[in-house]
Amino acid sequence: MSRGVRHYPGFGWMTVLCLVILYAPLIVVTVYSFNGSTSITTWGGFSLRWYVDVFTGPEAPRFKAAAWNSLTIALIAATVATAIATAAAVAMHRAGGFRGRSLTFALINLPLMVPEIVVAVATLIFFTMVGITTGYMTILIAHITFCIPFAYLPIAARLQGIDEGYEQAARDLYAGRGQAFFLVLLPLMLPGVISGYLLAFIISLDDFIITNFVKGAGMETLPTAIFGSVKQGIKPNIMAISTLMLAVSAVFVTLSYLVNRVGRKSP
Amino acid sequence: MAGPGTSGGGGGGGWRPLLVPLLMPTWLTIGIFLVLPVALMAVYSFLTKEFRGGVIWDFTLAAYDQFFVDRGLFGDEPPAIEWTYIAIFWRSIWQAGLATLFCLLVGFPTAWFIATRPASQRGVWLFLITIPYWVNLLIRTVSLKFLIRDNGPLNEGLMALGVLDAPVTLVNTNLAVQLGLFYSYLPFMVLPIYAAVERYNFALSEAAADLYASRWVTLREIVIPVVKPGIVAGCILVFVPSLGAFLAPDLLGGAKTFMIGSLIEEQFKGSLGNWPFGAAASMILMTLVLCALMVYARSASQAAGQGAAR
Repeated sequence: MSRGVRHYPGFGWMTVLCLVILYAPLIVVTVYSFNGSTSITTWGGFSLRWYVDVFTGPEAPRFKAAAWNSLTIALIAATVATAIATAAAVAMHRAGGFRGRSLTFALINLPLMVPEIVVAVATLIFFTMVGITTGYMTILIAHITFCIPFAYLPIAARLQGIDEGYEQAARDLYAGRGQAFFLVLLPLMLPGVISGYLLAFIISLDDFIITNFVKGAGMETLPTAIFGSVKQGIKPNIMAISTLMLAVSAVFVTLSYLVNRVGRKSP
Repeated sequence: MAGPGTSGGGGGGGWRPLLVPLLMPTWLTIGIFLVLPVALMAVYSFLTKEFRGGVIWDFTLAAYDQFFVDRGLFGDEPPAIEWTYIAIFWRSIWQAGLATLFCLLVGFPTAWFIATRPASQRGVWLFLITIPYWVNLLIRTVSLKFLIRDNGPLNEGLMALGVLDAPVTLVNTNLAVQLGLFYSYLPFMVLPIYAAVERYNFALSEAAADLYASRWVTLREIVIPVVKPGIVAGCILVFVPSLGAFLAPDLLGGAKTFMIGSLIEEQFKGSLGNWPFGAAASMILMTLVLCALMVYARSASQAAGQGAAR
């Protein structure tokens, strides 16, 4: 009987439909990235020529510079955002109730609630008004800001599941605050911290709209460079880059999945 | 578990004295780089536009006037309602609403199906749903465009199967934009509903079945009311980003499928831009989103109230 109430006819097919919709475009682009033909319509046999083109072709220097910007910005933004979010999570869940706690919570989540395009407009106006020239620095600042909630949520979720007794025991045994944090609490929080870091990293790597507004002239990240190329039509080399980025995302999500699974087994 | 109750005591780690220093980076970063900019944007929407994308510090309602009021080409006709921008907002609202509905129709059965698998299998199903969420949205949108274009694999495949005689043009239509929004935000619908269904007590369904309620009556009368917070959360997570979406309408649509995101973006690009108008349109978009979030907050507190009553 218990299987009976859980089963709804057709729901399994809807799940299949959902997965087909989600994956069909990605699979098609991956397959066509190995197309040997110069035309994106006809199949010219299996070939790696477009991957070679990405690294050595006429657009290679542009993509390389953009990829470097994207990677360094994502690394720095995710690191800073994770540090800020970890401190905030400890304060929110370990320092007791305080006035302004719910306001602080709303503030942390604000980047998730304001539409991206509005964040983009507001940030551009701010930088223009303050007189900061748009470029690498402005992209970095914007990315740190919107990465904070993405880093915060997994870290806070993990921290809530850790018994306060661990730090208390450490403190009772004369560990300083720093020792209690770095030797006891941080190792326990680590799966959450890593998840938060990976999520922030991928969110930074992904961002197009906000970056496009605050990047200034001549500055490109991978998404803005790809967008610029796509505007002139989808070329095969774009499909090769897309497949490479797909692979990076798949590696990251797998890492995050494994970290979470290990995390769930430990206390 | 340290819920709100236990964390109220101050904790044993001795973090209390560090409360302000620990939170200061968050307050400063989000305060200076998000709250302040949004406030400045509000101010900007009341300034006078200058050519080449700047502003003059003269306070005026011109941007909002341009949005809502039509005074003719030379500004000397009696004011009437300006429909151009309202129509763009209206199109965005119904496109976002429709995308939310379609995501719900596919997302709910998917979430239910995954949550009713044996616990050991759920992780893999969720993993499959999460991968596309982690893939760059620009790349996903470009991939979709590649798939559905006039001589793309979808049309070619359907023609080879004899379903179609001639390719169907999807790109540059409202349908393509709709498909793009649906495709972009579908995982956002599945995940919160899954979380709600996973906590659902199936004994409720069994009780209903014992009392001779059919499956679908049980779904409508018992399941949906109980998992409603998850459904509402999913709808918000799809509706809000769809409303301000830029990539799907820009890459898959054309001039006739213009949405708010493109309208705002246009105001900040090149010399034809109008920053105060773009700021005003952003303010109006933010107001709409706040309304949607208030609906969410109300339904969440209602659900909490019902839970307390039970």
